[in-house]
Amino acid sequence: MIAEFGLAALWLAAALAALQLVAGALVLGRDEPALSALVRPAAVVQGVLAALSFAALILLFVETDLSVRLVAENSHTEKPMIFKIAGAWGNHEGSMLLWVTIMSLSGGLIALIERRLPERTMIATLAAQAFVGLGFYAFLLFSSNPFARLSPAAPEGLGLNPLLQDIGLAFHPPTLYLGYVGLSVAFSFAVGALLTRQVTPEFARAMRPWVLGAWIFLTIGITAGSYWAYYELGWGGWWFWDPVENASLMPWLAATALLHSASVLAARDALRAWTIMLGVVAFSMSMIGTFLVRSGILTSVHAFAVDPERGSFILALLVLYIGSALTLFGLRAGTVAEGERFSVTSREGALVVNNVALSAILAIVLVGTLYPLVTEAFDIKVSVGPPYFNPVSALFFLPMLLVLAVGPLLRWRRDSLGRVQNEVVLVAIVALLVLAGVWFNTSIGLLPLLGLALSVAVALASVLPLRGRNLRRLPLAVWGMVFAHLGIAVALFGMSADSAFTKEKLVAATPGETVEVGPWKVKFETVEPVAGPNWTALEGVLSASYSGGKARQMAPQSREFWSPVQQTSESALLTRWNGQLYAVLGDEIEGGRWQLRLWWKPFVIWIWLGGLMIGFGGFLALVGRVVDDLKRRSLQQRIARRRRTAADEEAAA
Amino acid sequence: MNTGLKAKHQRLVLIAIAMVVLIAAGLLAAWALRSQASYFYVPSEMIANPPEAGQAVRLGGMVQAGSLKTAADGVTINFVVGDGDAMVPVRYSGIVPDLFTEGSGVVAEGRLDAQGTFIADNLLAKHDENYVPRELHDMTEAQKRAAMEETTK
Repeated sequence: MIAEFGLAALWLAAALAALQLVAGALVLGRDEPALSALVRPAAVVQGVLAALSFAALILLFVETDLSVRLVAENSHTEKPMIFKIAGAWGNHEGSMLLWVTIMSLSGGLIALIERRLPERTMIATLAAQAFVGLGFYAFLLFSSNPFARLSPAAPEGLGLNPLLQDIGLAFHPPTLYLGYVGLSVAFSFAVGALLTRQVTPEFARAMRPWVLGAWIFLTIGITAGSYWAYYELGWGGWWFWDPVENASLMPWLAATALLHSASVLAARDALRAWTIMLGVVAFSMSMIGTFLVRSGILTSVHAFAVDPERGSFILALLVLYIGSALTLFGLRAGTVAEGERFSVTSREGALVVNNVALSAILAIVLVGTLYPLVTEAFDIKVSVGPPYFNPVSALFFLPMLLVLAVGPLLRWRRDSLGRVQNEVVLVAIVALLVLAGVWFNTSIGLLPLLGLALSVAVALASVLPLRGRNLRRLPLAVWGMVFAHLGIAVALFGMSADSAFTKEKLVAATPGETVEVGPWKVKFETVEPVAGPNWTALEGVLSASYSGGKARQMAPQSREFWSPVQQTSESALLTRWNGQLYAVLGDEIEGGRWQLRLWWKPFVIWIWLGGLMIGFGGFLALVGRVVDDLKRRSLQQRIARRRRTAADEEAAA
Repeated sequence: MNTGLKAKHQRLVLIAIAMVVLIAAGLLAAWALRSQASYFYVPSEMIANPPEAGQAVRLGGMVQAGSLKTAADGVTINFVVGDGDAMVPVRYSGIVPDLFTEGSGVVAEGRLDAQGTFIADNLLAKHDENYVPRELHDMTEAQKRAAMEETTK
């Protein structure tokens, strides 16, 4: 019954999306006040129905209802409860349902709370949202029904891929999806504003919280995904330029650019067409990412649900949405009135550089990710890896960081470099000192060297805007910017330090032996068998001490899962503020020796700390903006009420 | 600096600059990719047209049955990667990926040394039953069988 209920809710939600689209289109065509009143409620109810449908799927997974094909294929009665629940979205159908749910819930949320946009733009936005949503409903209902029955019911489930049975990974896809789908809202806003030609600062202010929200989730999702790959895959790396990783990085780059250009539009009424364009591009990148991951056209370490038919479906949606949005853009961009002018040396100027550099990096990543697909059409196999991505993207990333250091110090509209001369000279001197200091004392590569110097410069420059200001009065949005920029510096420092100073030890050790790696002394005590809920493992017991300090325990494991049968190695980590010790236990070899791989990774944890700081900065900015909006709204209401009472009194008199 | 430019002109200048930078990025990417085109090799290509010693490349193929040997240090392994036509010896120091076995596909990242042995820094094997490195995806079943028979003769 639950499965049928879920499916019915999904059909009803799809029907409401169709209603929302048609009613919206009619309202835009000619004024239909009666229909206009339909659009908002349709969006809200649609959101509720989609959420109910998703709740039904979770319930099926919790009960392990093996008469549902999806549950039988992806779950198992003996799986821990948290992974049963996460199993609901740890597969193609379930994750698409999650996608649709988030999408229609955000549509409903816009309909409920957004009051700033002109009514017609609002209707157009909701119609655009329904247009995008309908494609995904069709995808689910016609090609990926999560509620399909299995007859006869399976006696037992097949289980979930053990690599996915990890608490970090269970919440990783929903986080990324909130980001991806949040960008669909930005897309709908952009299309809505184009349709009614209302590209105004008000529009940018209305869109900005959605972009910010999506961007925060993308940031956290990428950070978490990188950390997951780092500790779960056991190879000690944190970024691989894998197509699936790129699929999340590309929308992030576009969203970062959009965030900054929306700020220019909101504050200064410039970059109108550019902002709209980025809104379209950002969601296009989400769609391209989805296509790459779902089509099976690229096989990646992370990809799942490989099915060419589904790939074609997503490709068709991609072409439809992006094609129609770009056509609309082509037709309307010329009529979007010109914005305000600004001088090159101004806050706007710096943000334009930021936007262009981010777009260039986006182009580089996109070309590198798609290139193997193109050559494959000509039967040439190519793989594009770090030797391409690292130096080529750095060529744009490094100058962008230089502008990041100066931009926040500049005033809007018009400024002179002379005014910020002292700060710029200070930052440059500090950067050069670090560069020289590291250069003379170590022999590290050029990119890590530049990275270290720039990270210190950016860190200093990010806190400079705080100077001479009343910290308690400072708007939260400014704090957000400071935190996010500081996070970039922290992450860059971690990346550079890790690639420059990592120490590695690979040994075949006998229990009782002590291994030294960097400042650590690691004693290999013993190997013991241990058992988990659905696996058994051999666990290495290590005690590690940092430069003669107190010994701490580590327990890397080599695990055997039995459903499905698979071996994984679970690395063990010891974290200090200045780095991480990373241990992997390998196979037993003759003579009672065990393969043991140890890494000392200085400051590696700062990579993800920086990522979290960037996300936290976004969160501060979001809270600041929302609070400001609420204050402004209540103030406006109070003024309106006072006017009304004054008018009433006058009338009475 | 003055803002004497008309708004329309300023917009054109902005668009021009953005286009120039994006085209530059595209050209740079294309140029870098051309020099990367020889990044991935299968054994027959590597034998016929070897990359320069020390240049970072990827080698992909099947781990030949019976070729896997662990060295005395316990952490270095030697094996042979073949594609049915040619074979390249590979040396790797480290803990092999979970699903790395003889007869399965592998992509090795590393460089060729002067003696013609491929020194791998990293092995990419299947991460689960369904994952095959992309480059090996359409090596046909027949080719795989041929590669296996070659080594079991």
